[in-house]
Amino acid sequence: MKLTDIQSKVHSTFFNEHQKKLYQSLEDKHTSIEEMDDGDPLTTKMILNMGPQHPATHGVLRLVLQLDGETIEKNKLDIGYLHRGVEKIAENKTYQEFMPYTDRMDYLSPYSNNVALCTAVEKIAGVEVPERAHYIRMIGCELARISSHLLWLGTMVMDAGAISFFIWTFKEREKIYDIMDRIGGHRFTISHARIGGVANDLTDEATSHIKEFVNTFPNELRDYHKLLDRNRIFFDRNEAVGVLKTEDALKIGATGPVLRACGYALDIRKFTPYARYNEVDFDIPTRMEGDNLARYYVRMEEMSESIRIIQQCLEKLPNGPIRADNAKQAYPSKDEVYYSMEGMIHDFMMTDTGICPPEGAESYHAVESPKGELGYYIQSDGTGHPWRLKIKAPSFSNLQVLENVLDGEMVADTVVIIGGLDPVLGEADK
Amino acid sequence: MTLQLSEPLKKTVDSLTEIFSDKVIEVYQSSGDTFIRVEADSIIEIGMYLRDKLHFVYLSDVFGIDRYTSDERFEVVYNLLSLKTKTRIFIKIRCEEENPEVESVTSVWPAAGWNEREVFDMFGIQFRNHPDLRRIFMPEDFQYYPLRKEFPLLGIPGSIELPSTTPDND
Repeated sequence: MKLTDIQSKVHSTFFNEHQKKLYQSLEDKHTSIEEMDDGDPLTTKMILNMGPQHPATHGVLRLVLQLDGETIEKNKLDIGYLHRGVEKIAENKTYQEFMPYTDRMDYLSPYSNNVALCTAVEKIAGVEVPERAHYIRMIGCELARISSHLLWLGTMVMDAGAISFFIWTFKEREKIYDIMDRIGGHRFTISHARIGGVANDLTDEATSHIKEFVNTFPNELRDYHKLLDRNRIFFDRNEAVGVLKTEDALKIGATGPVLRACGYALDIRKFTPYARYNEVDFDIPTRMEGDNLARYYVRMEEMSESIRIIQQCLEKLPNGPIRADNAKQAYPSKDEVYYSMEGMIHDFMMTDTGICPPEGAESYHAVESPKGELGYYIQSDGTGHPWRLKIKAPSFSNLQVLENVLDGEMVADTVVIIGGLDPVLGEADK
Repeated sequence: MTLQLSEPLKKTVDSLTEIFSDKVIEVYQSSGDTFIRVEADSIIEIGMYLRDKLHFVYLSDVFGIDRYTSDERFEVVYNLLSLKTKTRIFIKIRCEEENPEVESVTSVWPAAGWNEREVFDMFGIQFRNHPDLRRIFMPEDFQYYPLRKEFPLLGIPGSIELPSTTPDND
């Protein structure tokens, strides 16, 4: 059955050409299916626009759904409402200047984004990072992963109907904010990593807070499990909902926990280890079902793995410098800047020109962000600005999955499925 | 420059250069990544071979590069992963400035759908046989391609209609 002539039924007030093409595209989806009839005597069919301002769509995601009663017949996603053109901005900034923009890409785990950019620039420019900085970065990244997963857990359970849970996960997130504040001076957009290392060393206060968090958080996780693992409503809302089949997962490019919930143990931390992930011991949790519940288990286990990684990092944390000691490659320490002329000049040069990778060099480096494979492709023209910087955003890939899994689901499950896929529009829209 | 390839990568590059000897233009490495540039019209054929024979089943990303003043101005890069051999390669094709058009690889890797839309949106490269080639970030009413080098950083005033801020649209 096909709902024809959607155009005449909707009245757009702006971007007319855009709306026209979007509805046309919805109309054309699955047109290979034989049309059974064109009558709809009970008028059970309707077009539902969800978003972009819908609170449960996790940002400015717009879904155009064609419903038959309560079932989604077909759907189209419209993204781009948060498009800021960061790739274009990057071409006009030095690498270090661009870093604060990466905080605002996946704003739920800024630390991973900083590290992703820094490792990519270090790879193309051949910068050696001191051992201690690697471990500090790993601690930061894993804290960011827990923080991101906590937000996912709170909102996803809220989408499934339990409001109070959201407050509990935010209590723990608040502790991570406090830790970030003590690590780098910012609670949210931390920008703590630097090309060639990190901005400043962990203070004793920060270390003791991380230790305390690592000791108390497993108890909280246990409580979450107690509350959800045998919860009938939670199971009914999530089991066999939003199923991504194992055979389709690779084809449509799912990434991160969504892919791992389909049975593929693809984790960049193991696939091409960066930082010092090859020196710590951790597992990649996987599930076979590919539904929302599987994604829940995968992310919950990932949080305990993160705690394991942080514990090992704290044990192994070596002493030494936290930034490359080469004024052509990384910012000099503030001691040098304040008390020596060379340091001052180098600091100025780093800010003005920055690091210049060799002309014509190109490289791609990916890290495992909480959402999946976050990669930076950089092509250099020999100046301090990248010629081309491409961000492979995991949320973008996972939103494409959403468009594929939504067909045939119930409209009430839409928000649960979005919650389970956990996209961040700041990242998907670039 | 001699290539320093791991065992599975070497096998991939060797079999590609052997079977598609007239299609592979160059193979090079930069910062440890392997790039293979091929003829634009053979991308489907090579993609099929890579997917079916060499296990590159996972397409991670597709993106465009504007080479601006060079001949064959636009470049499209495919970022491929093989889970079996744990390798990553990049396949590149180039196209002309006038009416840039390349074949869509959605028939080989359906994941390319949105990525190709992004390339189309940002560079104006047309993808033949793409199931749903629309702009993805910018609205359809926008007529420029923002990631092309000649597009100004500050944008073009008046190029985009902004939604009315009053309830009655006046």
